[in-house]
Amino acid sequence: MPETLTSSEVVTLTINGQEVSARTDETIMEVAEEQGIRIPALCHISGLSDIGACRLCVVEIQGSPKLQPACVTRVSEGMTVSTHTDRLRAHRRTIVEMLFAERNHVCSVCVSNGHCDLQNLAVECGMQEVTLPYLAPKLQVDASHKRFVMDPNRCVMCTRCVRVCDEIEGAHTWDIMGRGVDSRVITDLGKPWGESDTCTSCGKCVQVCPTGALFEKGVSVAEMTKRRQFLPYLKTMREVPK
Amino acid sequence: MNLDELESTAAREREQCAGQKCRLRVCTGTGCASAGSDRLTEALRQRAKERGLEGEVTVTEVGCLGLCAEGPLVKVDATDTLYQNVTPNLADNVLDSLTGEAAGITVCNEKQPFFTRQNRVVLENAGYIESDRIESYIARDGYRALLHVLAEMSPADVVAAITQSGLRGRGGAGYPTGLKWSTVAKATGPRKYVVCNGDEGDPGAFMDRSVMEDDPHRVLEGMAIAAYAVGANHGYIYVRAEYPRAIKRLKTAISRAERQGLLGSSIAGTSFSFTIDLRVGAGAFVCGEETALIASVQGNRGTPRPRPPYPAMSGLWGCPTLINNVETLGSIAPIIRCGAPWYAGIGTEKSHGTKVFCLTGAIKNTGLIEVPMGITLREIVFDIGGGIPNGGTFKAVQTGGPSGGCIPEKYLDMPVDYESLREVGSIMGSGGMIVMDQTSCMVDVARFFMEFCMSESCGKCIPCRVGTAEMYKLLTRIATGEANMNDLAKLEELCEMVRETSLCGLGQSAPNPVISTLRYFRDEYLAHVNEGVCPAGVCPMNARKGVTTHA
Repeated sequence: MPETLTSSEVVTLTINGQEVSARTDETIMEVAEEQGIRIPALCHISGLSDIGACRLCVVEIQGSPKLQPACVTRVSEGMTVSTHTDRLRAHRRTIVEMLFAERNHVCSVCVSNGHCDLQNLAVECGMQEVTLPYLAPKLQVDASHKRFVMDPNRCVMCTRCVRVCDEIEGAHTWDIMGRGVDSRVITDLGKPWGESDTCTSCGKCVQVCPTGALFEKGVSVAEMTKRRQFLPYLKTMREVPK
Repeated sequence: MNLDELESTAAREREQCAGQKCRLRVCTGTGCASAGSDRLTEALRQRAKERGLEGEVTVTEVGCLGLCAEGPLVKVDATDTLYQNVTPNLADNVLDSLTGEAAGITVCNEKQPFFTRQNRVVLENAGYIESDRIESYIARDGYRALLHVLAEMSPADVVAAITQSGLRGRGGAGYPTGLKWSTVAKATGPRKYVVCNGDEGDPGAFMDRSVMEDDPHRVLEGMAIAAYAVGANHGYIYVRAEYPRAIKRLKTAISRAERQGLLGSSIAGTSFSFTIDLRVGAGAFVCGEETALIASVQGNRGTPRPRPPYPAMSGLWGCPTLINNVETLGSIAPIIRCGAPWYAGIGTEKSHGTKVFCLTGAIKNTGLIEVPMGITLREIVFDIGGGIPNGGTFKAVQTGGPSGGCIPEKYLDMPVDYESLREVGSIMGSGGMIVMDQTSCMVDVARFFMEFCMSESCGKCIPCRVGTAEMYKLLTRIATGEANMNDLAKLEELCEMVRETSLCGLGQSAPNPVISTLRYFRDEYLAHVNEGVCPAGVCPMNARKGVTTHA
């Protein structure tokens, strides 16, 4: 039975054989991070709500027949968690491979080459080649905004842009249309970004985007580095003092 | 309306029916309706009028009489005869049969196993009542269970009764209904909700549609009893937009029940209030998944979210929410009326009661059936279903829709219950049963279901979004003769991975049709891959030059 959000007992659990203490309002991901255990993740970014969608952070919990996403699963007393079994490594590698097969990710010509979360994940998860058939549809690039560009060919549908725009900026310019492999992130109701009535041009979406799907105009190959310091800062400043 | 008023309404209605000299019940279930039963009703009324039989012959539109394959069906009460294949131009022949010999129309044998082997609980009223008239439902003991519960039972008693009955969720997974009710009853929150899941979307399944169309008050009564048991005062029925007739009839039923004081505030003069709203889906299969359904009811994009928290703790607007399938809620009133031990006595040790199935595909008696749990597949297919038509041979039966699997002949004598079906790699599912003969190619079947899952995937999680598309692509390679053994190995690898890592039930079960066909019909896959041949002659196999398909 899930814990209610208000309770915060301290419990003891085991992660990868190591006993750790945690509050019951913490997630497995948070506790693992405290212990210096990195669990690969893509849709998760500290400062935004978690949706458990990318499935990279799934972990094994003893007694649970199903794999659970570490970013949204809260800890409980006596829980025994494994974060890097062979099975999990294999699944993560396949997930990253799926992303490379889904759209058109050619690092050598990408603005984010060398600074890309997807690229780093491929290295981290040991993905060396794409063995799945490429889907790679040809998608229209939206360069209508005066400062930014959206290249859906590099989008991994993590919805960080959707969430940062909604939760932090409060504009909700981004959303998703379509479903399955045909789903796309869109601005307003599918208008070109440059014509959006709601976009404040704050650029937060560009900074949280894990790949080169959202980037600033004027940067060339490998020149787009993302500045995400604002997110933990805003999050801390907005927290109500206890 | 209190119990006395309910009984007098029932008595009045029964008297009125008994007073009708000759009652013709025309099936207007969607199967018969598409075969012309709406026009038949009109023709019957018209011809009766022309013959001056207006006062004597009453033509009533009733719900599904079951044997869809032989529709339109007409039941003549005066002579106790069921006629089949009554097309609108045969209206005169039906009227002739009232006074003399039946000529030109076919009598349907009601002694055949299709009718005698069934045990109708949820469908007890189908074919008898007029769905738009609440009196018609009341005359068949409708709302008696609700009034009994409100007057004589505590909410805890109701939960105990449902638990004792052994009823399990009829939506597919078979979660114990009593346990779900007791979880919601014990959960705390400012409000609670009861939701009826009428987003039936499996290919070949139309059980819930039938219940909602033919007996909408049964669903409302079940919801009201559930609401009383868990402490909810508001409910939603979520129906897919593809069921316009069900939507219309449910709307009518809700307003009729409200007018009679059987829904709304102070039901039957007690302090219990319960209102129901209808929500229409927008064409997404995934909205049958409970967390996606909740998002959709709230007006958001219909995508699932990770559980826990389960809707029983945090559902609609964060409040404890009970979500049950149409058929589950349709079983509630009979359980209360006839007692939990009666219901628990039907079926097997772990699966109690009856289950409605839709028999479709290569089978003689296509239609809607309700059978006790534990019946064997052979009885369903060969006795009730009448076997394979046109001299075909049985190959497999597919249960559970895109989340289920194909069961080969060697398991035909297995009892139909939740555990047995799971053991052979399929699931009970919502009740679709597609029978296949030797002309079906199992690769093609798997590919069909994978295409369905691919286009119905919401796209939120990567394994389901990309995985279903990749598996579809690999299956297409196999079906066109382009595949090699690596592709087959890759397909199997993806099945495992998508099943284990997907966010919701849709993704987790999407590989099932592939896994089960690979398990029982691996040789067919190998014939496609190694020999470039589709043994059933279905797949195009056009990529290989000079290889033609076996006819």
